[in-house]
Parts: sequence; structure tokens; C-alpha cells
Amino acid sequence: MNQPPLSVTCTHIGQELTVTLGGSWHLGAPKPPSYEEALNTLATGELSKLTLQAPQLETWDSSLLVFLVQLVRIAKTRHIPINEQLPVGLQRLLTLAFEVKEQQGAKRSSHGENFFAQVGDKVIHFFPALCDLLLFLGQVVTALWHLFLGRATMRRQDFIACIHECSLQALPIVSITNLLFGLILAFVGAVQLTQFGVQVYVAGLVGIGMLRVMGAVMVGIVMAGRVGASYAALIGTMQVNEEVDALLSFGFSPVEFLVLPRMLALALMVPLLTIYADMMGILGGYLVGTLLLDLNPLEYLNATANMVDFKHGLIGLVYATMFGIVIAISGCYHGIRCGRSAQAVGIATTTAVVHSIVGIIVMTAIITIICNALGI
Amino acid sequence: MPQKLHAPLIKVQDLLVGYGSFILMRDVCFQVNAGDIFFITGGSGCGKSTLLKVLMGLKPPSQGHIWYGQDDFWASPIQIRNKIKRNTGVLFQSGALWSSMTLAQNVALPLQQYTTLSDDAIYELAKLKLALAGLAGFEDYYPSEISGGMRKRAGLARALALDPQILFLDEPSAGLDPVSSRHLDDLILELRDTLETTFVIVSHELDSIFAIANNSIFLDNQTRTIQAKGDPKVLRNDPNTPLCALNFLTRGAAAKQATT
Repeated sequence: MNQPPLSVTCTHIGQELTVTLGGSWHLGAPKPPSYEEALNTLATGELSKLTLQAPQLETWDSSLLVFLVQLVRIAKTRHIPINEQLPVGLQRLLTLAFEVKEQQGAKRSSHGENFFAQVGDKVIHFFPALCDLLLFLGQVVTALWHLFLGRATMRRQDFIACIHECSLQALPIVSITNLLFGLILAFVGAVQLTQFGVQVYVAGLVGIGMLRVMGAVMVGIVMAGRVGASYAALIGTMQVNEEVDALLSFGFSPVEFLVLPRMLALALMVPLLTIYADMMGILGGYLVGTLLLDLNPLEYLNATANMVDFKHGLIGLVYATMFGIVIAISGCYHGIRCGRSAQAVGIATTTAVVHSIVGIIVMTAIITIICNALGI
Repeated sequence: MPQKLHAPLIKVQDLLVGYGSFILMRDVCFQVNAGDIFFITGGSGCGKSTLLKVLMGLKPPSQGHIWYGQDDFWASPIQIRNKIKRNTGVLFQSGALWSSMTLAQNVALPLQQYTTLSDDAIYELAKLKLALAGLAGFEDYYPSEISGGMRKRAGLARALALDPQILFLDEPSAGLDPVSSRHLDDLILELRDTLETTFVIVSHELDSIFAIANNSIFLDNQTRTIQAKGDPKVLRNDPNTPLCALNFLTRGAAAKQATT
């Protein structure tokens, strides 16, 4: 059925403005030029009275109410008396729009949205956030002490499940990434080394590179994406479902219950996975060396054994242990401090992965500098 | 050791609760006695659940004191607070069961942590608590495999695990059909009479309030404080009851009467 278009007629006689509304008002309807004209005349004209009438009004929705609220607000600001000749329902809604008071203190204070205000906000919140992280680390250390004393509320089943999640279940992805990384390292090295006819040094390059740092870094990055994210999402969802509150209500420490098994599992399993990853990387180098660089298999293995010192493997394990702790702390911290919405879980998960990877890189730099200073 | 019936169990003094600078409620004072079925009621958004969190020790108040017997909860060291928590059970609005555990494991966990019972005895006890909540046979189900109402009952079974002196229930009837809701009311009365458990319940289900409550406070979200306290059946008929509380307790009939 065709509905008549909305109409706004402004009649300005002397100091009286009469706005006559008609037709069908709905949210998507195009507005006539007189719509803006009425608002402008009311805002700028010399007026002593505003009359609102709607004798030919057909159907209407919130779009009409929005227009009337704008008119009434301007009139009230300019102290212009209003003569309302509107349908009863519309008058009631209009009264409601102005009479319902907002709850005192409920409205959020508007923060400056400009760049400097945002930077200032970040700086102000940085130190409390840092203190909160330190508090969490303190809770973790206390939980470890309780575990040492045999008083921690960590469940053996949870610990075993965490071990399973970050060891056996991670093997396929660790295998493929490290095998390929060994291949890449061998290819990159071969480009230079074949020019000097010392392709056999590819074995040393791959062996030392993987054992000393790259095996641990690759495992760390894979575990940050795989396990760190899952910890943040799991604990965050528990926070949303009040499961963490339920732990607290029984006097259980969420850190001992949720963080401790995950941190211990990762601190133990990442080094083991790194040993496996190192072997996969060496296998990748071996494939390139024997199949593409025409090295004798025994010669390649012999060169690896001669060039790669045992200490490189041990340093790699130090990296791996630290990465495991960083990933677990990042995942669990962001999970425990997660807000109570689906969006907050998403943010916690993303932040946990980003912070884990940044933490891995920072930790790599620190350990590398220490090793360099110690000459090992 | 069970407290003497009607002895003061929880005493709340001059409590001020808020989030940051936003004050949710102020000047909150009331007392819960042993054996009470105490309702915290009021309109939506007045801070009932937040007050319950403060009472349960999950959120610190901005000011004021909560006394459990002789202990000022928020001024006590963590060991005392945990000891008090062990004497309380909580049923959360959503049940809040630990999703990675079966129903029996959910009920058994507090028993494993705080008792020296054998695993068999704990399992039997968990079965008994679940049966008490009407969930016999569901011991090995996971929370995701049962309905919302069953989850709530399992939450109640878990809250009862340590035979607490005080049970906090957050909207226990929300989402339940009227028959289940009435069964839950009967269960609450039975537990109060048999185990002498004290209940602090957040709810605005008037049928439950009038059926089982013997004491209550009414929170008002305009004045942000307690508007009325006492037995709701008495408050409903008391002409001195403030209109907002009366209006709530009489389903708006008081307001209609006042305007005509």
C-alpha cells in the first residue's frame, strides 16, 4: 500500500513559528528541505512561541520523535514557550524523553579521544598494569613454594593432561616446522659455502644453529600459538563462566589450581620438544646435504658430530626452559585477568600470543648477550 | 560445630560498595542469624549480586565491615578468610561447574582438598550429595551434557559438599520452571531444618520469597541503600514500609493504589 510521504510545513507569522507535521514517518524515509528549515528557523529566528501540530499525520515511528525532541530541546534552550497540539501517544513519548532522569553517577565520564589523551591514558595505566603483573609473578612464586612444601592444591590429573597437551599433541606440528626449518637453514648456508667448496660445513651450520637457539625458538613460537593461546582462552572462558569465582569461593588459589600445572608442564616439555625439534632440524639439513649437495651420508653425520659441541645443546635447553615459562605465564596471566565477555576472551587470547612471542624474542636476546659475555 | 539457632552469624556494618568512583550502594547494615533463610532482594541492577560477592569474599568493599562471628572478614589474614570460606558454600547464577570435570568430580574436589577421606568414601559422598539435589545417576556426566536446571542443581550439590554452615545462593530459581523452583524451595527448607544450614539468597522471585524467607533486606536502586528489612510477609502488610519496597513486594499494586 502506498503511504503519503512525510511532510513538514513551517509557518512563520510575526514571532510565532508553527510546525505542521503530516504524512507517514519512518526511519528510512527521505526528509524534505523544510525539515532542516524548521530546525534552523527555530535556532536562529526571533520567536516568542512555537506551535507543534499534526492534523494530517498518518503513521509514525522514532524518526518523528527524534525530530520533535530536537525542536523541543532548541525551544527549551532559547526559552521559547511551546504549544503542543500532537496526538496523545506522541505527547507521552515526548514527555518521557525529557522526564526520565539518568541515574546519578551512571554516565561514563567522556575521556579525550585525541592522540595525546590516548598516549597519556596508556602511560597512566602502564605502571598499575606492571604492578599487577609483578603481583601475579609473586603469586606464582608463592604457589611454587607451596608445591615445594607439598601444600599446593594442584591436581595430578590436571598436570598429566597439560603434559599430554604440550607434548604428544604438539609432535606433528613441531616435526613439520623444524624439519622444514632445517632444510631452509641448509639451503641458505649452501648458497655461500658451495662457492668455497666446503659444503660439508652445512652440517655444522645446521647442527649449531638448531641446537643452540633456533630449535628452541621454533618450538617456542609454535607453542605460543598453540598452547599459550589455548591457556588464555580456556582460563578466560572459565572467568566468564564464573568457574574461577567458584574456585575462590572454596578458598582454592586459582594460581595453584590453574597456572601451576600449566607452567610446570610447559617448563618441562618445551626442553624435551626442543631436543626432538633439534633432531628434526638436523634431519632436514641431512636431506639437503645428502640429496642435493652430494655429501656422503656418513661424512655429513661425522661432520655434525665433530662440529657441534655438547654445550650448544645445553644452552638450547636453557632457552627452551625459559621460553616454556614465558609462554605459560603470558597465557595464564591474560586468562586470569580476562574480562567477562566473549570479546574479552578474544582480546586475552590475542594478547597472550603477541606477548609470548615478544617475550621469546626478548628472552633470546638476553640469554644470547649473557652467553656472549660469559664466552660460551 | 553447628551454631546455636538464631545466634548472630553474619553482621554487616556501614558497607559501601562500588566500582571505581561509582557508588553502587552505601550505608548497608544488617544481620543474618543462624538458621535464617535470608533474602537479598530489590529491582534489577540494584547491586544484589555484587553485595553477595562482597559477602562471599570475592570482591572487597570500598568501606565497612563484615563480621563472621568474631572475625572481621576483610580485615583478617588470608588463612582466616579461607577458613571462613570453608564454612560457606556458593551456588552461582549459572551453576559455574568446572567444565573439565564430571559432576561427581565437581562435588568431590572440595572433599579431596579439605578432608582425609578415602577416594571411595569421597565418591560415595559425592553421589549422595548429587542424589540429594535430584541428580542420582548423573555422576559421570559433564556439565556440558546436562540442562541448565540440572547444572544449577549440581551446583547446589557442590555447594553442599563440605556441609557448610552458610549457603549463598545467587538467583537459584532463575531459569527454572515453576515446579522445579518449588522443589528447590522445599529442598532449601529441608536443608535448613535437617542440617541447620543458614541461607543467604539473592532473588526477586516473590513466590519463593514469601514461601521460605524469614528475613530479608530490600535494596533500592534510586537511593542505593537498604529501604526495608525484616520478614517480607510482615513488610508486605506494614503501612510503614517505604513505597518502593511495598511496591516491589505487592507486584506494583501499592503504586497503583497510591495513584488512584
